[in-house]
Amino acid sequence: MSTATNMKPAATKKPGGLTGAAANYIDERTSASTLVKELGRKIFPDHWSFMLGEVALYSFVIILLSGSFLTFFFQASMAEVHYDGSYVPLKGVEMSVAMASSLDISFDVRGGLLMRQVHHWAALLFVASIGLHMLRIYFTGAFRKPRELNWVIGFVLFILAMAEGFTGYSLPDDLLSGNGLRIIDGMVKGIPVVGTWISFLLFGGEFPGTDIVGRLYSLHILLLPAIIVALIAIHLLFVVVHKHTQYPGAGHTNERVVGYPVLPVYAAKAGGFFFIVFGVVMLMASFFTINPIWNYGPYDPSPVSAGTQPDWYIGFADGALRLVPPGLEWVWFGHTWSFNILIPLTVIGIFIVTVLIYPFIEAWITGDKREHHVLDRPRNAPTRTAIGAAGVTFYAGLWAAASSDIIATHFKLTMEGVIHALQVIVILGPFIAFFITKRVCLALQKKDREIVLHGYESGRIVRLPGGEYIEVHQPVDEYERWKLVSYADYQPLELTPNAQGKVSPLQRVRAGLSRWFFEDRIAPVGTKELEESHGDHH
Amino acid sequence: MASDETSGKDLTAADSSSVEHVTAAAGTAVVARDALKNPGLPPHRQRVTDLDPRAEKRAERTVYTLFYLSVVGSIFAIAAYMVFPIVPEEPGSVRLNNLFIGIGLALALLALGIGIVHWGKSLMPNTEGIDQRHPVRGSDQARERSVEIYHEVIEESGLGRRALIRNSLIGALVVFPLPAVVLFRGLAPQDQDPVALLNQTMWKKGTRLALDPSGAPIKASDVTLGSSFAVIPEGLQDLEHGRLEEKAKAAVILVRMKPEDLNQLPERVTWSYDGIVAYSKICTHVGCPVGLYEQQTHHLLCPCHQSQFDVADHAKVIFGPAKRALPQLPIAVDSEGYLIAQSDFLEPVGPSFWERQ
Repeated sequence: MSTATNMKPAATKKPGGLTGAAANYIDERTSASTLVKELGRKIFPDHWSFMLGEVALYSFVIILLSGSFLTFFFQASMAEVHYDGSYVPLKGVEMSVAMASSLDISFDVRGGLLMRQVHHWAALLFVASIGLHMLRIYFTGAFRKPRELNWVIGFVLFILAMAEGFTGYSLPDDLLSGNGLRIIDGMVKGIPVVGTWISFLLFGGEFPGTDIVGRLYSLHILLLPAIIVALIAIHLLFVVVHKHTQYPGAGHTNERVVGYPVLPVYAAKAGGFFFIVFGVVMLMASFFTINPIWNYGPYDPSPVSAGTQPDWYIGFADGALRLVPPGLEWVWFGHTWSFNILIPLTVIGIFIVTVLIYPFIEAWITGDKREHHVLDRPRNAPTRTAIGAAGVTFYAGLWAAASSDIIATHFKLTMEGVIHALQVIVILGPFIAFFITKRVCLALQKKDREIVLHGYESGRIVRLPGGEYIEVHQPVDEYERWKLVSYADYQPLELTPNAQGKVSPLQRVRAGLSRWFFEDRIAPVGTKELEESHGDHH
Repeated sequence: MASDETSGKDLTAADSSSVEHVTAAAGTAVVARDALKNPGLPPHRQRVTDLDPRAEKRAERTVYTLFYLSVVGSIFAIAAYMVFPIVPEEPGSVRLNNLFIGIGLALALLALGIGIVHWGKSLMPNTEGIDQRHPVRGSDQARERSVEIYHEVIEESGLGRRALIRNSLIGALVVFPLPAVVLFRGLAPQDQDPVALLNQTMWKKGTRLALDPSGAPIKASDVTLGSSFAVIPEGLQDLEHGRLEEKAKAAVILVRMKPEDLNQLPERVTWSYDGIVAYSKICTHVGCPVGLYEQQTHHLLCPCHQSQFDVADHAKVIFGPAKRALPQLPIAVDSEGYLIAQSDFLEPVGPSFWERQ
């Protein structure tokens, strides 16, 4: 605080003490006071769910710190050596330099294993927290105008995080990661026309070749992190420009943001939270082994162990490959068409693109061009919430499929039975989830109306003089009531012909989607209704 | 055009006192005429540390105790680094090193983090502040000036009038990255054709079948009924270059069954030897090693995506995403009783690719 007040007068007034002199020195050269004035007391709303994005940001910082340490020891070479480190069971075994240096980090560098495990755990947490953060944004409608572009940036970050994860996972050149690369190679080869050549160029010749680890290393430590850092900067800049969204509540409006100032409270909470996230990751790295490459051994194209699993975030793609029905590959016109690979790739591609452009689809359906800074409670956007639940179910089905063999062995089921069940879940599950979620949302909205109009059940049973028992309903206070009634209500789009008396097909589609979205709707309680209900309390 | 463009006020802005900035289309949103009024912020509730000086003192103590604890954690981590060194060839020492450095650092980080958060939550003022929002769009003035600048730039640069300059510039910009794309051809060797490479493996007429990984040749008499072996071509282990590349194509699984249980294709009856059959170990789906052989059902299972192949029935697919049967390696026995290949595989092994016939 004192710094800020001292900096304002800049050169004209006599600065106070050493801090003032330093601040003055910096401001005269950087105009930093403008920044402090603009940002120092900027208001941030508070809610636990806003920390999910913070977790993602902090795990990325942890990844950068631990990763930098690892680069000082790791050697991204696939030259063959005989291992000569401390881990006895692999002594003398032929392996790549990459694998040997990963083992050296684990067994010959003090704290090296700890940093490897911090790096891996933080990476898993990074993708997980981005996923949860995205779900929060989706289900509260935070992607609406003006934040559509930030949704796109965030989603691209999610994809890049997975790419970082996969490239990093492949670097130690152990048996599991080599098999992962082999699967990528097989998938790439299945792409029509260019697949064979892409694989050939990617691996620098035939699989596995001696180039891939070095190439992935460049991507993993230079290109991808640089793009991620740049996108995170834009992502956060947008948060500052838009100012953070807030949940509906008394005193919260679209025109103002209520919360705590960045300095000092928010900075303390957020800054402290960084150390807590780091501390939790550190605890995990100290107590729980992750990716024990010494158990897998170096890559060899022949052996593979049962129950192999990719890192969790690749699971959905691996699961999609497993769920393809048999026999989908044909030779047409002298070329092989591998639909057993193309179908999962296409389905995942469509899924990803749909999620990416969802804000624009919804904006088109509603035609709402206003800025939205107050979030929706998920129940108040039943169709959106139901679509989200359907998407989550679809993803979860694919994800579970990546562990179909483990599910089968653990629950003593047949391999085929698990696959067939998951095929059904992936196709029918989203529809069931959609239906159930939408009904639950509408039911919750009805309950909200009930509470606004008739109060909540107090649990107090009263016997009336006539012998009748009733439960006393207690009215909610106006602050709580506001939370329950303050939501936007949309009606389905009605088709009206244009000047030429025509209705374009596009408008028909839009009207259809609008009906699908808003046909079942429960309007918020208005003043008239509320007054009428008075005296109606039991 | 459908008339859904009800220009309306902000619904969520029920606070009527607030200034209306820009009137944007509300789409199909219902503009509620009798919406309830936003009651404004609820009264501020004070924390126990605001009311009770003793609680405030206690919170202060907690915070600095946590910070000191963090210092203890850091020093502990440094001490653990020295006290628990890694002793070569003793895996237990790695575990202790990992555990104790980690515990020290975790303590340092968690105590620091929890201390700062506690400080912020219990001692720093928690009165809520309010910031006004402004529409994200620039002011009308700024927008007008931007449009003006745009027209001035078009005019001054002549991009509008001098079409040839503009079009040739676009052309040059489109073409100039192409050399960079071409450079990437160098990612793979210039003198190799991937299709030709994919169509052949190391197996040749007379190559002995050898055990993986030892490389010892296999006698037909050593292959007992019901057993299965991972097999490589003899000499693979001695390759100077391309050992893994060759192995990725040439890996074979060898199985012996009762000859009467084998349902062989008529043109392949000479490819086996006394119930011993050899199939490519590389899955025809995406190339994982098909490693799991179940003796009772004589099924081969790929652990990656659960494709199953029936060895008794020329390794055809009986379940899973793979389409093609595993390619069979024709085998025979040489004069010394060792298993040998009659030839290379007669079709490309491994995952499908575009040029595969």
